[in-house]
Amino acid sequence: MKKEQQLDLYHQMVLIRRVEERGAELYQQGKIGGFMHLYIGQEAVSTGIIAARQPRDRVITAYRDHGVAINCGIPAKAVIAELLGKSTGTSKGKGGSMHMADVERNMWGGHAIVGSHLPIAVGMALGDQYAGSDAITICMFGDGATNIGFFHEALNLARVWKLPVLWVCENNVYGMGTSVERASAVPSIAMKASAYDMPSAVVDGMNVMLVYEAAQTAIDYVRAGGGPFLLEANTYRFRGHSMGDPERYRRQEEVKQWQENDPIGIYRNVLLERKIGSKSLDEIEAKVEAEVNAAVEFAEQSPEPARDELYADVYVDDQP
Amino acid sequence: MAKLTMREAISQALMEEMDRDPAVFILGEEVGVWGGTYAVTKGFYDKYGARRIKDTPISEAAIVGAAIGAALVGQRPVAELMTINFAFAAMDHIVNQAAKLHYMFGGQFRLPLVIRAVGGGGRQLGATHSQTPDVIFAHFPGLKVVSPGTPADAKGLLKSAIRSDDPVLFIEHAAMYQSRGDVPDGEHLAPIGKSTVQRPGQHVTIVTYCKGLELSMKAAETLSAEGIEAEVIDLRTLRPLDTAPVLESFRKTNRAVIVEEGWRSFGIGSEVSTRIYEEAFDYLDAPIKRVAQEEVPLPYNRALEQDALPQVDDVIAAVREVL
Repeated sequence: MKKEQQLDLYHQMVLIRRVEERGAELYQQGKIGGFMHLYIGQEAVSTGIIAARQPRDRVITAYRDHGVAINCGIPAKAVIAELLGKSTGTSKGKGGSMHMADVERNMWGGHAIVGSHLPIAVGMALGDQYAGSDAITICMFGDGATNIGFFHEALNLARVWKLPVLWVCENNVYGMGTSVERASAVPSIAMKASAYDMPSAVVDGMNVMLVYEAAQTAIDYVRAGGGPFLLEANTYRFRGHSMGDPERYRRQEEVKQWQENDPIGIYRNVLLERKIGSKSLDEIEAKVEAEVNAAVEFAEQSPEPARDELYADVYVDDQP
Repeated sequence: MAKLTMREAISQALMEEMDRDPAVFILGEEVGVWGGTYAVTKGFYDKYGARRIKDTPISEAAIVGAAIGAALVGQRPVAELMTINFAFAAMDHIVNQAAKLHYMFGGQFRLPLVIRAVGGGGRQLGATHSQTPDVIFAHFPGLKVVSPGTPADAKGLLKSAIRSDDPVLFIEHAAMYQSRGDVPDGEHLAPIGKSTVQRPGQHVTIVTYCKGLELSMKAAETLSAEGIEAEVIDLRTLRPLDTAPVLESFRKTNRAVIVEEGWRSFGIGSEVSTRIYEEAFDYLDAPIKRVAQEEVPLPYNRALEQDALPQVDDVIAAVREVL
């Protein structure tokens, strides 16, 4: 990977982190409503995965979607504007934190019903296969999604039709407050691929370079027509499930242990070892600070949706 | 113009649209090699091949989810659910996804997909295979719910549904596939979201759709012999619901009977009668009557099942009550 791209990945990870830290502040100030699920701690996963895709490849994810949105190239200002429910948000203020998308950037949401977007990913890959395109669909989801029927229907059908889907399970140890070992009959999500005769791999989801390399291998396999592939990335969310999480299900020592493996810190050390000077990394951090300040200002000053926007886009076709 | 069965009309619409637009394909259980559980897609597999006629596993959520995904990226899938009773296994994808994605993402996503599903009772299939749960789906903004009462409308509405950029649930009735009627050859489109007068009359307004149309037309014939002329209105689309012809008719007849096969509570009759009360109360000469299914899960026994389902005599009796 070229130096600029390596630095760009650092920029993306720091940007996700700072956008979400500011998002948490705005939430505490009552400026953001509803549910908000922070990606902090998991930045290496979507950053590494999406760095390995081609622009024509489609990405679809669950409700913890701010990171994926930024990795797909959605500007921070549109992400924060959506959090504030503004007309300039990714979904014109009608989707909120869990429903960010940008079709132009092949970011297909932000889906809040656990596991429900997996069959939709099957269809996107089916549509591309039907059209004779070599685009693949990257579908990201949490460990909790692998216990619902949608997961099994989707993996089965994807394998039966040999569809170009890269399944990425972000195993962050907990589905809301229930640990994987309390919820899943098998501790390794990758094992579940074997039921569908699907190849799989496990990667350290705290190390962006390892994620990137694993994603490249998996994407090559899928694009070559091998059918679907399941990649499990082991990671951890440093914050609660959502903003109102009392965190009674885990001990602070456990969180602290994982925080010592901060994906941004790990990557910073990788870059320093690769003789990329700390000065350029400090510059990126300063640039992100300015970018996020400008994004928050943009979002706060953006107009609310017009009141008649309430009735817009229920249907595409003009209806009485 | 040809005399076709409902089955033939639906089959013809599918074939014409597949020939017209290469983005149209069909997926569902037994749609291909088997030829369709109700033989609607008989011969399609041989004509179009496995690429465009896709047999699926028994995976309703994956069938509807896959149709949504393929529609998002520009195809025009027609997903067949073997019966509407199985739609409950795909409920999330129908109501949480198909009905909402266009709106929720600020208009970015388009979902030009059709879900065909057959419902209805009267065939001794027991409680789980005999339902008419149309109103449940009609409850959700974002979805279009269409249910034809004649072969001509079946063809015209299905062709419109396939060309629509919105998700359409197209509900057929299992006991109507053999019903015959005149169907225009070739290009024939019926508008989604438009009710129509199927029979003019001046004494009473009967509002109905799908199988209820058959009952209502028979009832109207019997009543006509006694000098009672019923105006029969076929809703054709449950959402968006077009009540303009209903209100126009009611302002003339001042009496209405609403006929549906589904359960009475929270049904089409409740909705349509309320709209009449809200918008034409001053024209009311008698309480509006509802003809609908008894409030029981449908039993297997033939006589009991028929007792539970609305019959022509029930429509006639209801008309006499409002006159």
